[in-house]
Amino acid sequence: MSVLVFVEGFNGEIKKSSLEAATYGYQVAQQLGTTATAVAIGEVHEDALAKLGEQGISKVLYDADSRLNNFVADAYVKVIAKAAQQENAKVLVFSNSNIGAAVGAKLAVRLNGSLATNVTTLPKTDGGFIVTRSVFSGKAFAEVNLTSDVKIIAVKKNALEIANAGSGAATVEKFSADLTDADFAAAPKETIMQDTSGGVLLTEAEIVVSGGRGLKGPENWHLVEDLAKALGAATACSKPVADLDWRPHHEHVGQTGIAVSPNLYIAIGISGAIQHLAGVNSSKVIVVINKDPEAPFFKAADYGIVGDAFDVVPKLIEAARALDK
Amino acid sequence: MKILVCISNVPDTTSKINFTGDNKSFDKNGVQFVINPWDEYALTRAIELKEAKGGTVTVLNVGEADAEPNIRKALAIGADDAIRVNADPKDAFFVAQQIAAIAKQNNYDMILMGKESIDYNGSQVHNMVGEMLGIPSIVPASKLDLVDDSTARLEREIEGGKEVVEVKLPFVASAQQPMSEPRIPNMRGIMTARTKPLQVVEPVGGEVKADYVSFSKPEKKGGVKMIDAENAGELITLLRNEAKVL
Ligand SMILES: Cc1cc2nc3c(=O)[nH]c(=O)nc-3n(C[C@H](O)[C@H](O)[C@H](O)COP(=O)(O)OP(=O)(O)OC[C@H]3O[C@@H](n4cnc5c(N)ncnc54)[C@H](O)[C@@H]3O)c2cc1C
Ligand SMILES: Cc1cc2nc3c(=O)[nH]c(=O)nc-3n(C[C@H](O)[C@H](O)[C@H](O)COP(=O)(O)OP(=O)(O)OC[C@H]3O[C@@H](n4cnc5c(N)ncnc54)[C@H](O)[C@@H]3O)c2cc1C
Repeated sequence: MSVLVFVEGFNGEIKKSSLEAATYGYQVAQQLGTTATAVAIGEVHEDALAKLGEQGISKVLYDADSRLNNFVADAYVKVIAKAAQQENAKVLVFSNSNIGAAVGAKLAVRLNGSLATNVTTLPKTDGGFIVTRSVFSGKAFAEVNLTSDVKIIAVKKNALEIANAGSGAATVEKFSADLTDADFAAAPKETIMQDTSGGVLLTEAEIVVSGGRGLKGPENWHLVEDLAKALGAATACSKPVADLDWRPHHEHVGQTGIAVSPNLYIAIGISGAIQHLAGVNSSKVIVVINKDPEAPFFKAADYGIVGDAFDVVPKLIEAARALDK
Repeated sequence: MKILVCISNVPDTTSKINFTGDNKSFDKNGVQFVINPWDEYALTRAIELKEAKGGTVTVLNVGEADAEPNIRKALAIGADDAIRVNADPKDAFFVAQQIAAIAKQNNYDMILMGKESIDYNGSQVHNMVGEMLGIPSIVPASKLDLVDDSTARLEREIEGGKEVVEVKLPFVASAQQPMSEPRIPNMRGIMTARTKPLQVVEPVGGEVKADYVSFSKPEKKGGVKMIDAENAGELITLLRNEAKVL
């Protein structure tokens, strides 16, 4: 019996959310008195894989097949299912990314397992296997007992600290499954990467600077971008801003957009509608800048400034640039 | 073109979320239920494809009779007929099993869903159904077009970008913006919806793999600390020294 963690790479490095998943996997393994193995697919640097030892991973199974550099669900599922079988894994851990949730759901069917996505806690294992998941768009938590023999968990981003278990390097073993053309039937024809401002992915970012209709037009977005750059943050926006084509849809956060849970969320000229809050309410610290003291967002904020964004934000940019890193 | 659209009946986005019975179940009291917003994108795209290419759009809900007003709404928006699997769904696996069973009896060319239900936020039913049927599931898809009678072209959102995927029919896809612009039912639609067929069928299987034990609500925030706009730069200092997030 063991715990298997799927880790995702981005630009050759392991995603922060996958380091969280590795931490989770190791901690579950400790609870169950076993070890945690990781499986990695596609383009990831081998030294980055070995470094997973820091999160307590003892061994990494690495499938470097270049056909897998892009996500191909069926092929990924086959590789991970084989790894799970080889390692006799009873707990499979993913990060709650598009890839992690997709592969987790398919594996739940294939391995006849119980799946919980959006998980925020380690399991309670006295009398079951009970994890907490975030539900109702961050407005509640549910405790769920995973009753099948195989448990599959997708860990919500930024829900737990990346731990340094202090172990040595993980051993990296080459691994592959017998993939056929059929496994690539839904392989992407083309991948179009965004210009991720300063290389910070919105879903992985520790800091997010977000703008709303209060910024008046796309020509003013330098305020958001400059502040984001000074803080090493990703940029986001409210739904109407995307609907008006001021910003691309992949930046739209909220109930019907992307849900984010960074350490710091800075909202500029956003009123704080309930549907917007639903996508950002698990942020650890929320800052609101709005010229209307009655804006509902202030009720959900930790820090607030009542003022005109066009006066306030340049001051913040200046102060942020002056910070020693 | 035969299209199946799966719709979930969820609390309106402005609902107050409360629990009853020792925090064991969701309190439906005073809650307005709507078609899951993401599912509306799937529904309107299905209707657009039908209008362009001909065919039928069937809506499917796994739920109790209280979902019927929203099923009728989907018919009023333009679906042709509906199926309700008469069950009190308790987990995603169960729901996926029902959808897969209906799909096996009918040869749908595509099965469209929403990206995620806004109540239980599982984001899993679509991929489970794809796996159960052994057909591709493209999740989440922001664009869907037909290349020809047997091939569709989709754009799939990935972290940091998007992918263009071409798949043979049949397939499962889950919708997100900007796949389509949801429609409001018109008077004619509402009238004709009353007479469109709504078939009620009994569930298969019954296995639940994720047993919901109890619910809780997040702790309330401690209140907001206001900073004077004149000294806005002070915020950055507080974020570093007090909140320790910089
Ligand atoms: C089913 C459904 C789903 C939805 N999903 C989402 C979602 O996922 N995400 C989302 O964001 N919204 C969503 N919405 C829309 C949501 O209800 C709000 O309409 C939207 O969030 C408002 O965007 P906003 O705050 O940018 O604009 P507004 O509400 O117009 O607010 C602009 C704010 O800027 C302030 N302001 C104006 N000028 C200045 C200035 N110079 N300096 C500082 N502040 C200024 C104003 O005081 C105001 O508070 C959804 C709605 C529905 C019905
Ligand atoms: C404790 C508990 C209580 C529940 N009580 C009720 C209830 O009283 N009434 C009720 O109707 N449901 C109820 N449900 C079911 C719930 O609404 C979902 O249908 C189910 O849990 C799947 O949720 P998910 O977040 O995993 O779906 P996701 O995987 O996020 O959904 C993705 C897509 O799958 C499709 N889909 C999801 N659910 C359904 C469905 N039921 N029918 C058709 N298509 C669907 C939609 O297209 C949706 O966009 C309950 C679930 C739980 C766990």
